[in-house]
Amino acid sequence: MEQLFFFYFALVIAGASVLVVALRNPIYSALSLLIMFFHVAGLYVTLHAEFLAAVQVIVYAGAILVLYLFVVMLLNLKHDERYHRQWPVAAAVGAILALEAAVLTAVKGGASGARPAAPETAVEGLGNTEALGDVLYSTYLFPFEVASLILLVAMIGAIILAKKDLSGESLQ
Amino acid sequence: MTYELIPLLPLASFLILGIFGHWIRDKAHLVAVPAVILSFVLSVFAFIDVAVGHHSTIRLYTWLTSGMLDIHLGVRIDRLTVVMLLLVTTVSTLVHIYTIGYMEGEPGYARFFSYIALFTFSMLMLVLADNFLQLFVFWEAVGLCSYLLIGHWYERPSAVAAATKAFIVNRVGDFGFILGLLLVFATFNSLDYATVFAGVGQAAGTMMNVLKPIGGSLEVSTVTVICLLLFMGAVGKSAQFPLHVWLPDAMEGPTPISALIHAATMVTAGVFMVARLAPLYDASPAAMSVVAVVGAITMVLGATIALTQTDIKRVVAYSTMSQLGYMIMACGLGAYAAGMYHLLTHGAFKALLFLGCGSVIIALHHEQDMRRMGGLKDKLPITYWTFVVGSLALAGFPLTAGFFSKDELLVSAWSAGPLGQILAVFGLLTALLTAFYSFRLVFVAFWGPSRVDPHHAHDVHEPSPTMTVPLLILAVLSIAAGYFGIPEFLTPVFEPHEGGAHGGGAIGIKILASIMGILGIAGAYYVYVLHPSVPDQLAQRWRTAYEWSLHKWYFDEAYDRFIIRPTFTAASELWKRIDVAVIDGAVNGVARAIAWGAWFLRLVQSGQAQHYALGMALGAVVILTMFFML
Amino acid sequence: MTIPLSYYVTLSAVVFFTGLVGVLIRRNIIIILLSVELMLNATNINFVAFSQSLHNVAGQVFVFFALTVAAAEVAVGLAIIIALHRARNTINVDEFHLLKW
Repeated sequence: MEQLFFFYFALVIAGASVLVVALRNPIYSALSLLIMFFHVAGLYVTLHAEFLAAVQVIVYAGAILVLYLFVVMLLNLKHDERYHRQWPVAAAVGAILALEAAVLTAVKGGASGARPAAPETAVEGLGNTEALGDVLYSTYLFPFEVASLILLVAMIGAIILAKKDLSGESLQ
Repeated sequence: MTYELIPLLPLASFLILGIFGHWIRDKAHLVAVPAVILSFVLSVFAFIDVAVGHHSTIRLYTWLTSGMLDIHLGVRIDRLTVVMLLLVTTVSTLVHIYTIGYMEGEPGYARFFSYIALFTFSMLMLVLADNFLQLFVFWEAVGLCSYLLIGHWYERPSAVAAATKAFIVNRVGDFGFILGLLLVFATFNSLDYATVFAGVGQAAGTMMNVLKPIGGSLEVSTVTVICLLLFMGAVGKSAQFPLHVWLPDAMEGPTPISALIHAATMVTAGVFMVARLAPLYDASPAAMSVVAVVGAITMVLGATIALTQTDIKRVVAYSTMSQLGYMIMACGLGAYAAGMYHLLTHGAFKALLFLGCGSVIIALHHEQDMRRMGGLKDKLPITYWTFVVGSLALAGFPLTAGFFSKDELLVSAWSAGPLGQILAVFGLLTALLTAFYSFRLVFVAFWGPSRVDPHHAHDVHEPSPTMTVPLLILAVLSIAAGYFGIPEFLTPVFEPHEGGAHGGGAIGIKILASIMGILGIAGAYYVYVLHPSVPDQLAQRWRTAYEWSLHKWYFDEAYDRFIIRPTFTAASELWKRIDVAVIDGAVNGVARAIAWGAWFLRLVQSGQAQHYALGMALGAVVILTMFFML
Repeated sequence: MTIPLSYYVTLSAVVFFTGLVGVLIRRNIIIILLSVELMLNATNINFVAFSQSLHNVAGQVFVFFALTVAAAEVAVGLAIIIALHRARNTINVDEFHLLKW
């Protein structure tokens, strides 16, 4: 049963990501990404990371993708453009890497690897949200604060970059 | 006594005038003339010292010693050097005084004095040298001064060309000289005269294989090779055949230096050298024969050319060449004392003739062609009479100094064996020609109706005393120098050869020589005074001979065709083929290759981020693959 | 039977390489950014899978922060795109080559 879910999610994720890269129309690409995000969230749920699944949907699908769609529509783009001239090389690169990954997996896969004993937190007892919150506000407090700073900076940067010139003229 | 001052005073004069000449300008003679007069006075003292029997050797400065090599500047005063000292300082003094009048008002006044002071210094050091290297260094130095002075009026292209020609032709001879120097050192392990002369006896028998470098075999006596190589230098410096071509062109220089350098002193350096190195030459009869024959050829060559020249200075120049041939011939036949005797008397009367030409040139506002002269004997009396005295000495008229020295020379030649007898006959014939052309010059330039350019004809007058007094002094010397007993003074220097001059045929030779002289004068009188149309008729009758004589036996043309043009062509081809195409091509090619490489590498910078991203991805692939393989 | 870790890793690799190829191929800047999102998501999947496998919540914490940073980056990136569009009226990445030699 689990495997069924996994394979479904995995297939859709893989397919959607290929579509994102392959489709010409940016709106279609964005929508494929949306589908991918949802299925990734589903995958997280199967991995007992419910909180993350929720956050994924809210942030990625809800905020980021919406931003993309806003910009695409704002810029009113045409959708016919050829692939970049270097696409054979890039395809070759991807193929080689995929091949290597496949070989690596075949050789070493299956073995679950060493599990480091004694995780620093006993997770099983609590639910995912509580477990995360617990760790986030104790051990990883500093990165948490820094993350908020990053967001602040990003906000300011985005506003300034996207603002029109003060004098009212565009840079054209 | 401080005999080092003899050359050093003119050196000081050169330095002062060279550095401060720009400010001294017209007062330059106040520095130069006293210096050279003092030099002359000291030379007289040196002469008295030597006559009493005090020879001296002074070492001035040691430059470096390394093993057997000892390079130093030294002064050696013996009988031979002291007569040369007197000659050089006397003529130099008189020329200095003459220059005051000749170069008056010229812009290069101080420069001229500084150069003749430098020349005097160099010539004195050459004469006083006690080792081969010093001789060579100052040999080159006088050549340099000759170049500087011939090209004194450097705005004139002909002067510059003549100076360059003189220097280059001299250099050809000096090449042989250097080789001779090296061979001397290799054979005797020393460059000092004393050591070399002492070792001649031992080295006389050694042979060397001259064809070794090209794999052949021809054994020649080492001393012969040395002598011939050194003689090459003399051939260049003393304008002997075949390196004589520079001397007539050297007349482009101002007349005072023609008198100083190309009559009395520099060109005599070759003769002096052969005489100085007499011990070496005595050890090589083969070399001496070559020397004698070369001298004889030059003697005849010069005389035949002088017959047809129209530029008065050129006539005197070819005459110099011919007389130098006499001297070299004498030295080659072993009559060193006679050769030196003639050198000294020739110095007096040839300088006189040149300065006389200068006087005429100045009086006629720089006219040098004798066809535009004539009738000058009344207008320029002092010049005329001194010129006649000089010409008489040159022709060997009895009782002049030239008579005594030429006789001594011919008699010594006659008693020097069969070769000497043949060459003495040529000498007598040349004496006839000499008398003829010198009086041709006198009669055409000074006698007859005036053919002078009408613009200048009324203004012809005797130049200032600074120019005429030296003429008078030299005229006196041209007669008196025969009575000083020079050959007897010099004979002890060349001991083994004193016997030559007093054989049975001596009187006969002397009479013959005098007859030749008088015949020549009479012939010239007949042809140029009594029947002035004869020269043209003779020229027509013997057209070929006339053309050959007029065109200097076509030496310049031959050299140009066979040596100079091919060299230019070869150099030009080398320049185009190798220097431009290969060397410049390689250097520029390297630059071009780098530029191309840069262009090629530049293409990486496309400005497109995706290209860079691809690069990164490829790099990651490579690293992963390597990691994967290992 | 639990799904072996290697499956998740494989999936993550596939998505990652797809994103990589997308970055290298596409000429539309927005699509390039979308491909970058793909790559980020791939790593997130990887982290969560390992976290579950090793029973260590640190992986999920990292995903949390990665998410945050991704959001910030998208905001700024899109602002830049808007500025670029204002400048050249195109978002074809080939047109932005001022750094060409």
